[in-house]
Amino acid sequence: MPILEVEHISKSFNKTPVLKDVGFNLEKGQAVSIIGSSGSGKTTLLRCLNFLERPDNGIIRVNGETLFDASVPATTQESVIRKKRLHFGLVFQNFNLFPQYTALENVMLAKKLLAAEQPDFKERKREILTAIEVQAKVLLTQMGLDNRMDNYPHQLSGGQCQRVAIARALALQPDILCFDEPTSALDPELTGEVLKVIRELADQNTTMIIVTHEMAFARDVADHVIFMDDGRIVEQGDPRQVFENPSEERTKQFLSRFHEG
Amino acid sequence: MDLIMKQMPVVVSALNVGFLQTLKLFIVTLIGALPLGLVIAFGSMSHFKPLSWLARLIVWVIRGTPLMIQLLIIYYFPGLVLHNPIWGGGEAGRFLAAAVSFIINYACYFSEIYRGGIQGVPEGQKEAGLVLGMTKHQIFFKITLLQMIKRIVPPMSNEIITLVKDTSLARIIALQEIIWAGQAFMKGSHGISGAIWPLFFTAVYYLIFNGILTVLLGRLEKKLEYFR
Repeated sequence: MPILEVEHISKSFNKTPVLKDVGFNLEKGQAVSIIGSSGSGKTTLLRCLNFLERPDNGIIRVNGETLFDASVPATTQESVIRKKRLHFGLVFQNFNLFPQYTALENVMLAKKLLAAEQPDFKERKREILTAIEVQAKVLLTQMGLDNRMDNYPHQLSGGQCQRVAIARALALQPDILCFDEPTSALDPELTGEVLKVIRELADQNTTMIIVTHEMAFARDVADHVIFMDDGRIVEQGDPRQVFENPSEERTKQFLSRFHEG
Repeated sequence: MDLIMKQMPVVVSALNVGFLQTLKLFIVTLIGALPLGLVIAFGSMSHFKPLSWLARLIVWVIRGTPLMIQLLIIYYFPGLVLHNPIWGGGEAGRFLAAAVSFIINYACYFSEIYRGGIQGVPEGQKEAGLVLGMTKHQIFFKITLLQMIKRIVPPMSNEIITLVKDTSLARIIALQEIIWAGQAFMKGSHGISGAIWPLFFTAVYYLIFNGILTVLLGRLEKKLEYFR
C-alpha cells in the first residue's frame, strides 16, 4: 500500500484554477521530485498536502487513512486538520526560522509544545525535555551544525538556516517530508551543502517530496519524477525515463533547456 | 531671583502633589490602553466584517477629533445632557472621567501600532508554526508576540512620551495635575499669588520624567536587539 495517495486534487484562487485534477502515489522510503516551470502549481500542491491551502476537490490519504476528503466536511475543519498536518513536514523556500530562538530552540519548540499536551507530561517533565533536547542535538549534528546550535538565525548563513529548518521538520518525525524549492533562496555556492543533506536523507530512505528547479538533483536523488505544467501532471515516472526519454511534447520542450545547459 | 528662591520650597511641594496626579493618570492610562488597544487591533483585523468596521469607525472618530473635546464630552455630557452625573463630584470624579477619556484615546492610537506590528510579522512565520502542528494560540504567544513587540517598541516609545505631555490636557476639566498646580500660583495658592514662574517651572518635571522614560525604553529596545 502506498504511504501517500493523492487523488483528483483541484484548487482555484479567485476562480483561477491552479491545480486541475492532480493525483499521484508515493511509496514508503521513496523520494519523488516535482519539476515544472514557475506557476505550474508545484508549490500549491505541496501547500495543499500540508493543509496550508484547502483543496476544492480531492482526497489525501496517508497509510490508508483518509486525512482529507473535500466531499466530507468533517475532514476539512481546522480543528481536525491540525494533528493531520503532523503526517507531513515542510521545508520552506525562505526557511521561516523563528528569529528569536537559537538553532537548537527552533528544532525543539514544536516538539516541546506537543509534549506538554501529553497527560503524563507533569510527572515525566524532566525526562521528556531531556529526550527532546538529545534528539534535537543529534539532528543538528547530523546536519553538520554541532557548533552552531546556540546561534540565532541571523548569525547563520542561508545554507545553515536551511539545514536548521530541515532538522526542525525532521524533529517531529513526519511520515513524509516536503521540500518547497529548498535551494532557491540560496547563493549558488551554498546550494551544495543543502542538497548534500537532502541526498543523505534520501539514502536513508526518508520518504520525501521535493519541489525543485535543480534538474540534475531532481533526476539523481528521486525514485520518481513528476512533471507539472499549467496545474496538471503532464508526465510522471522513473527519472531516467522522464529525463532521457520523455513521451510528452511539453516535457521535451521544458527539458530541452536543461539538456542544452 | 531672591523671591523665587524663597518661594521655591512651597512651590515645589505643591507641584509634587500635582505631578503625583499627572503620574497617576499616566500609569492608569497605560494599564488600561495597552490591553484595550490590542483588543481593538484584533477587532479591526477580524474577518467578521461588522466587527472590523466598528473597530475602524471608533479609531477614525477618536483619532480624528481632539483629545480635549473628548475629555469635555466624556466629563460633561452625562451630567449636563443626560442629567445623570455618573462621574460623581470632586477630584475623584474628574480623575475617573479623565482616565476613561485617555484610555479610549490612547487605546485607539496603540491599536494602529499593534496592527502594524502584527501585520509586519511575515506570514511565513505563522505557516511554519502551523506545519509544525502549533495552535493559533501557541503561534501568537510563542512566535508572533515577541517579534511584534520588537517592531512596536520604537513607535510605542513615541506615543508614551507624547502621553506624558498630553496628561496636561486634563487641566481643561480642572483635574489637579501639575499644570493646574502651577497655574494656581497666579491667582493665589499657599500664600503666593501673581507668580507665573511656577507654571513655567512645571516643564522641568515633564523634561526629567521623559528623560527617564527615554532611557528605560531605549534599554528595552536594546534588549530586543539579540534577534533580527
